[in-house]
This record gives sequence, structure tokens and C-alpha cells, in this order.
Amino acid sequence: MGRLTSENVELAREIIDRYPRSRSALIPLLHVAQEQDGWVSTEAMSHIAELLGLTPVEVLGTASFYGMFKREPVGRYVVSVCTNISCLLLGGEELLEHCEARLGVKAGATTPDGVFTLEDVECIAACTDAPCLQVNYRFFLNITHDEVDRLLDDLRAGRRDEEVPPHGTLTRVRPRVPAERWSGHGAEGLPVLPGQSR
Amino acid sequence: MAEADQKEKEEEKEKTTVTVTLDGQDIEAEPGELVIAAAERHGTYIPRFCYHPRMREVGMCRMCIVEIDSGRGPALQPACMAPVADGMKVDTESARTKKAQDGVLEFLLINHPLDCPVCDKGGECPLQDQTLAFGPGESRFVEEKRHFEKPIPISDLVYLDRERCVLCDRCTRFADEVAGDPLISFIDRGNHTQVNTFPDDPFASYFSGNTVQICPVGALLARPYRFRARPWDLDQVESTCTACSVGCRIAVQSSSNRLVRKLGVDVDPVNWGWLCDKGRFDFEAVGSDDRLGAPLVRAPGAEDLAEASWSQALAAAAEGITRARIRRGPESIAVLGGARGTNEDAYAWSKLARTLLGTDSVDAQMGDGLPAEAVVGLPRATIDAACAADTILLLGPDVKEELPVLYLRLREAVVERGATLVELSPVETGMTRYAEASLRYRPGEVTELVRALVDESAAVGDSERPGGLAPASAVREAAALLRRGSLVCLLGRPSLAEPAQPVVDAAGVLLDALPETTFLPVLRRGNVAGALDMGLAPGLLPGRIGLDQGRPWLAREWEALPGGRGLDAQGIITAAAEGRVGCLVLVGADPLADFPDRELARRALAGAGFVLAVDCFLTDSSRRADVVLPAAAFGEKSGTTTNIEGRVSRLHQKVTAPGTARADWMIAAELAFHLGGDLGFDSVDTIWDEIERLAPSHQGLTRARLASPEGFDGIVAGTVHDAETHGGPPSMAQTDSPGIQGALAHTKVDTLASSAMGTADKPDPSSGLAMQPPDPSGGGGGGTGTVAGRPAVLRWTPGPSAGGPPPLDRYSLRLVTSRRLYDDGTFVHHSPSLAPLAPGARLGVNPADLAPLGVGTGARVQVTSGRGRVVLEAVADPGVPQGSVALAWNQPGPGAADLIDVTLAVTEVRLETLSVPAPTSGRGSDA
Repeated sequence: MGRLTSENVELAREIIDRYPRSRSALIPLLHVAQEQDGWVSTEAMSHIAELLGLTPVEVLGTASFYGMFKREPVGRYVVSVCTNISCLLLGGEELLEHCEARLGVKAGATTPDGVFTLEDVECIAACTDAPCLQVNYRFFLNITHDEVDRLLDDLRAGRRDEEVPPHGTLTRVRPRVPAERWSGHGAEGLPVLPGQSR
Repeated sequence: MAEADQKEKEEEKEKTTVTVTLDGQDIEAEPGELVIAAAERHGTYIPRFCYHPRMREVGMCRMCIVEIDSGRGPALQPACMAPVADGMKVDTESARTKKAQDGVLEFLLINHPLDCPVCDKGGECPLQDQTLAFGPGESRFVEEKRHFEKPIPISDLVYLDRERCVLCDRCTRFADEVAGDPLISFIDRGNHTQVNTFPDDPFASYFSGNTVQICPVGALLARPYRFRARPWDLDQVESTCTACSVGCRIAVQSSSNRLVRKLGVDVDPVNWGWLCDKGRFDFEAVGSDDRLGAPLVRAPGAEDLAEASWSQALAAAAEGITRARIRRGPESIAVLGGARGTNEDAYAWSKLARTLLGTDSVDAQMGDGLPAEAVVGLPRATIDAACAADTILLLGPDVKEELPVLYLRLREAVVERGATLVELSPVETGMTRYAEASLRYRPGEVTELVRALVDESAAVGDSERPGGLAPASAVREAAALLRRGSLVCLLGRPSLAEPAQPVVDAAGVLLDALPETTFLPVLRRGNVAGALDMGLAPGLLPGRIGLDQGRPWLAREWEALPGGRGLDAQGIITAAAEGRVGCLVLVGADPLADFPDRELARRALAGAGFVLAVDCFLTDSSRRADVVLPAAAFGEKSGTTTNIEGRVSRLHQKVTAPGTARADWMIAAELAFHLGGDLGFDSVDTIWDEIERLAPSHQGLTRARLASPEGFDGIVAGTVHDAETHGGPPSMAQTDSPGIQGALAHTKVDTLASSAMGTADKPDPSSGLAMQPPDPSGGGGGGTGTVAGRPAVLRWTPGPSAGGPPPLDRYSLRLVTSRRLYDDGTFVHHSPSLAPLAPGARLGVNPADLAPLGVGTGARVQVTSGRGRVVLEAVADPGVPQGSVALAWNQPGPGAADLIDVTLAVTEVRLETLSVPAPTSGRGSDA
């Protein structure tokens, strides 16, 4: 928890090498951190700053812009219930209340067992299938209260692991960029101007 | 057709200005100039919050929106983002412009708390002023404003009130672009955007105070000023900061006769409006309760110093001096110090020492600078010249620590202008990250490194490491950079643990090989350059002339001059320790803190027959004096000061000195009377006139010129000969003064300028002394510089080199010690906000040297040299090369001064771990 593991540092260095300016790797590295811990800790941000030659607050400035980078620990599953206009009209608020009752926590909180974090979100661009929710940013559309109950039970029991990986996991297949396509700043990298961080 | 095109192109090229119609009037603007700047130059103030002429424009606040017609019809555009174009029409007063500005202000005020009555900025707030001038009468916003915890400390010196912030990006841009310390940033961007630091990572920048000055609202507040005064109670004068020798121009502000604030004033050749935090906040020491307000005398045989009247103290001082002169001869008298006062102070003491005391043993430096002949005699560069050079060679201490605003200028030259920086230093410094080549050398071996750098014929073998550390390939690369074009060398003392000679030898080698090189001395003490110009160094007379060479010239006005060259600080202190000094005068000097060898300094103070100290505070050294005379400090006296370039600029009195403390020059003059003589002046003005008349380098530098708009930037001495030719650069009223912004700025700036001019001609109000009329021969106003027989200014020629590098002892580590911005110096020590910032004496050791001891960072190690032994906390520091150790100079408690023996070429130390935890303070075994 916290700083990146040596395996992830390796991965981070590879990602950094893909860009002409190391700073461009900031968001990908935040994803690496969130994938590792499920959230982005201050230690992770400090570590990323070290790797990129930035100050920690520059990392925080970027990380805090994105609501999906969690800067507090979250559950294994983040359940995001839409309460924006279409969902609202079709029972989004009720769906959220149902989830709150079912999980025993208010929106914005995490269950004591650390499995679920419930949140209400603005439009998640699935209005045609309202009401809808996301679990770790995977869509569940046109969902009924019964379906929610089943979904939550399945998740808790580990029956949907294939479909919904733990919070922070981006994809199962990691993109691999062939080394010859890295913009590279090894020996033949772009010149770095004085005062400019790599 | 093609010809016509060609012709048109050429015409375009030749055209150096573009014509813009501003509110119906045609104005000339420079191509690329921003509308907001061009308008301001022509007297039209476009309101703004985010725009700052010294930073990149961002168009954040939208306040400067005006109607601009570039040929496609008028459109609203931010004037700070629009460069001028020929034929452009700008309307700053149209109904649409007014409505837009009105709307922007209403938006900005939506979340602004309007707690102006309790806000420090109230009364000088651009948001307040511009709302009044350009804004809506009332807000339509009825909802809840956003709330944040009221001021949070973002550093030891700065508080942040996020509710007041209008997100102009000035502080964050400053931190990133100007200071290079991006430790504050916008976070939680969106509806809750706020400026903040990373958790537990404060805005610990040496320049944090500038963000307070440029904040257009009351969001950033300086701790030393918060709730101390209201702007309408403030009274201010123009002055020059003397915390170091960069000579930043400032406004000094007081309330109820106490200094409360220093603001940077934007002058092109020096500080661009910026200040370092030490310069900005060290005024606290001026108002300290510890200031000396009355003379102190140690009665014969008495243990303690006791308060005395001035006449008693001066009589005692005169008696001590006279006794030494009669019994042991005038050459047994020595004067140390004088680099902390004004030029006039230095001149008065220089004259007193040479004439009435009859000694040439005077030194303004404390054995911690460079030989005076080199400082005054090397071809001198200005800061502008250094920043404009193709290559800048750093051969001195860490500029960021010693002369922070010079660091800002150099950093700008490298980052924005692409200047090449080559650094030669024994350890990594704050400049290293900006250097194209940064070569390490072993302490004591810098001359060898420079020789290898400039000597094209001497092929350096690939296996060789000139200077002990830098590989031959790196040296070759750096050597090529030195010959790329113009070269300016910043020359100073990289480490106080070794003598100045290797650095001076290196300068000689450099000048021999590259004779076009110019030098900018990197010396720290406030007016050290001025003190040397005034002759406060052995063998030097006022005006950068040698003693013998200047003797016939000065003998016309100075009664008598000492026969031969005297001793420098090291010579004086050594002589005093050996009992050869009958009278030691300390003019603001504290050898126990500042001289590199504390043991020798201690013996010197004990061994000197009679010690007279002139000081603002009782220091370790002045506490041991027989007579202590209280001196006026910065802000309490007028005069002039000289920065490292030789630039003379004015200081003005703002508050009265505590008790009966007086300016140094007055003390010198009074002492002269008690010694039966007369220095021949009765005010700073008469002293300056005498300097202008007698000092060859200061010829033509009249009071009138210094008080003119030209003098506002300061005038570089030694370069001016014709007082008539100056054209008149912009007056202060035209200068953008970041501290004093807003619609009302101009009136305020005018007040500042005029009050400054006003004080120039008034007699010094603190001069309550009964002075005799000036010597008739010394009278007269501004000189003309036409007096015949003026000797030529000294030219420095390298002497014989000190010889090869000191032999290497493979079992020892070589000590490197240089200053940090915050140390245990008198002014920092007595500034409550700054004193806690001193980092303390910690020993930086290369991890590879620390590993064999089996300890890491935080371990306490015993450091032993031939001179002494101290216990320090070790820090693993890869910036320190193997074989060296680094220790900050003059930190509270025992430190480098206890280890250094000034007679040795290098300071070698051995480290031992301590099996038992050592006491955290107190000297080692030899205490």
C-alpha cells in the first residue's frame, strides 16, 4: 500500500519511456497506482512525482481534477448510481435509496467490510437505459431493485469476478507498445531543454 | 510583382513599431507587445488581476476584457492575451467593454467573502479598487458562498485564505515560472478549485513572500505583517535592501515608527520587483527588543558591561585608542567590519582609520570573502551582462543560498533565454539543475580544474581527473562551452573551509586564457562591495585605488596616511591572538560568528589590548568588548549602498533608532572629535560629496544624479564619467510596481517617489549631534569630476599561483562549508519569523562514505579536525562527492568554525560514530 511496488516501478518506467516528455505519463501512472491499491494515496502521488521529476503538488493538482481517481480508500467495488435527469425520472433516486438500505451505508460511504463503496453520480451517458448504475465503471443498465440485490450478492460472493475486476483495474489486457515506437528518451531521446523536467 | 513584394517585406522588416488606435487615439506600440502593456504605457489602465508583466500571460481572470477590432469587427478579448497589430482598434470604454468588465467582477465577487474590514489587503486591494472603479454596484447572488477553513499556513511565513482567492494563478505561476519551486498548485479543479500545497509538503520556497506581494486580493498573507497595520496608516520610503549584496530596490513601510513591511520595487537592472524571504522579513530584527540603545562600557577591572553616556563611552574609546597608539604605535590598531553599513559609514571609518587612527589594518570582510584587490580590480560585469552572456561560469558559493534574487535572474536567463551555465563547485548547489555542465572538484583543487578547462594545449588524458573528480570527457565538453561566446564568471568563495587563494588563482588562469572574461563578485554581506570601494581593505583607498598610488592624490585632503600596507582580517586576527594588536575596533563585525576559524577568533578577542565594538546588538564578539557603541540599523539611517555590480543606490531613513543609537559615520565623526581631530563632514550628503570628489571610481556620481530618475535604478560606479549625458530612463511612476497595484496605484507610487525625493535634501533627522561646520576645503555641492591628478582605478593582475594542490590524505574527508540563506547571523537570529528556519548544522556525507561507518541519515557522528571536534547529525547526501563532507556555515551551535584552521590549504576531518548518544549541543572534548 502506498508507494509503487518494484514491479509497478518497472512498468512505470516503461510507460514514461513512451512519451517525449515524462510529464505526459502522469495520468497513466496514476492509473497504475490506483490499480495497485484500489485508490491513489499521498505516498503513491509522492512516488509518482519522484519518478516524473515533478513536485508532489503538481501530481495532486492533476489527480484531484478527476473524480474517478479516489484519494481516499474505497471498497473493492465502487457502485455509482446515476441520479441525473433521465434516471431521476425513471427511479434513480429510489434505486440509490434501495442500495443504501441494502448496503447499510449512505451514498459516499464504504461498507464496514470494505467491499462496497456507494456513490451517487451525475449523468453516466446511458440515458436511453435509465435507471442505470456502474460497478467499477462497468455498466448495469435498466436495472431493477431485484437485479441490484442479485448483483450485490453475486459481487460479494465473488461470482462476477470475470465481469467486474476490483476497483482500479483498467483492462485485463495491458497495452504493450513496441519499444521501437516509444518516443524514447534514452540515449537518442528528444533533447531536454535546460530547466525542463524530463 | 515579386520586386514589389520584396520591397514590402523589407519595409515590414524595418518597421519597428505598429500603430494601434486606442480609444480613438493613435498610439505606437512595439510588435508583439500586449494590448494591456501598450495601453498602460500610454496612460490607459486596463483593469487586471492575473496579468503580471514579469510572468507569462494566462488570461485567467478575464478582467482585462476590452473590445478589440482587428479588421473583422469589434470583439471582446482579454487585453493581456492579445498582441498588438497594425491598424488594430481597441476600445476600453465602450458600453460592451464596460458591461463585460462589470460582469467579470460580479462573477469574481460571487465567492469572495467581502470581509474587507478585517482583511489586511483592505485599502490597497486591487479587487476592492477595481470593483469601485469598474464593477457593479451590487451583486445578484443570493446563494451560499463557498467556504474553506480560514487562513491555513502554507509555509512558515505565508498564510492562505482560500475563500478570498480569485484563482488568478499569479502565486502558482510565480512559484513555478519565476522561483522554480512549484510547491503550490490548483487542486480539486472544478467547482471547488483552490490553491494549496501537497499534504505535509509546505511552500518552503526562499521566495514565498513574493506571492503575498503579487496576490491581487487578501488570500495570501505574510505572517510577519498580518494584522500589524492598515495600508492607510503606512508611511513609506524608497530604499535598497541590504540583507545581501544584490541591492534589490524596495519600498520600506512603517507604522507608528516601527518597520512593518518591505516590498520589492521593479527595476530592470536588478530585482524585477522580487525579493527573497530573508530580505523581505529581516526588518523584524530592526524593531527587536534586544537592540542596543545606549553605549556600554566595561569599567576597569569590572566583569560586566554597564550602560554609560555617549560622552563617557566616547571618552573611554578615545582613551583606549590613544593608549594603544602611544604605547604600541598606530600599526597596532586594527578595524574589522564596515560591510553592513552605508557607503558613507564605510567612508567615514576608512578615513578615520587612515588619518586619525593611523592604521591601514582595516578589513570589511571577515576572511570569508575574496581578496579586496581582486574584487575591485577584476573587470566587472553587471547582473544584466551576466544574464545576457552566452556562457555563465559559476565559480563560487551556492547563489541560491547567498544571493537569492541573483539566482532568480540567472535562472530566468537559463530557462527563458537559453543561456549556458557551467558550474564548478565542490558539492551540488541550487544552480546545479540548471547547469549544462556541472563539474565537481576536490576542495583546494579548483585551480587545477580551471587550468584544464582553459588550457587547450595541455591534452588531458582520458584517465585524468583535473581537480580530482571530474572525468576528462566532462572537462572537455565544459571547456568547449566556455569558448562559445561571451563569458561572465561569477566569482566567490565556494567554501570557507579553504583559503580564497585557489579561487583567485583560478580567476587569474581564466583571465590569462580568456582575457575578454568579466567577473561578477559573489559576496554576501550587504554593502561589502561599497565598503571595499570606500577603502575598507588593507592597501586600498576610496575609489578603487591602491594605497601608494593614491597617496599623493588623497594627501591633499586627508591629513596623513599610514606608511605601509596593513593586515587583512586573517592577519589582524592572527596578530591579535598573538598579542600584537593594541586596539581592535569591530564595526558591526562578529569574528566569533563570521571568521572561519573560531578558536583563533576567540584568542584574538582575548589577546587584543582594547576592544571597541560598534554594533546594533550584543553579539558574542561585542559582548567581549571594552566599549560598545550602539549603531543605527537598516531603515534608521539614510545614505547609499553599493551592490556586487558596483551599483550605487540610495537608502532612506524610515524610523528612528532605539535609544541614542547613531549611524556608524556619526560615531566615527564623534570619535574623531574625541581623538582631537575632525573628519570634515556633518551629514551623509557632505560625505557623499567628498566621496564623489575624491574617489576616482565614483567621479561624476553626484547626489543630484542619484536622486534623479536615473538614480532610481542605481548607477554603476566606475563606468560613469559624464554627468551630462544621461537621458532619463522611466521614473518610478511609470514603472510597474507589483506591490502597489490597482486603479489607485499611480497616486501611491507618486507619493513614494516624491517622499523619497523629499528626504534626500533634508538633514538627517537623527543627527542630533553637535557637529562643527565642515572643513572649508571639504565643502561644495556636487562635484564635476574635473579635478586634475585623479589616479586611475586599480586593475587586478594575477599574482603568482599558490602552487599545486594540497596532498591527498586518503583516510580523511575534506570539509566544504558555505552559507545557507537562513543561518545564525545577527539579523536572522533576531527576526522571530526567520530564526526557526535555520536548517541547523548537519553533515552531508556521500552515502558511500557513510556506509563504512555502518550508519545512515540521522546518526550522530563525531567530526574531528586538527583544530577541534564537534558532534553532528549525519545526512546521506549524494550531492556531496565521495571524499568530501558538506556542512552549512554559521548555524546555531557548534559547527564548521570549530573545525577550520585558516592556516591550512584544506580542512580535513575524520568521522567516527558514537556508541553512546551524544549531547545535542556543546563543544567536543576540547571545550
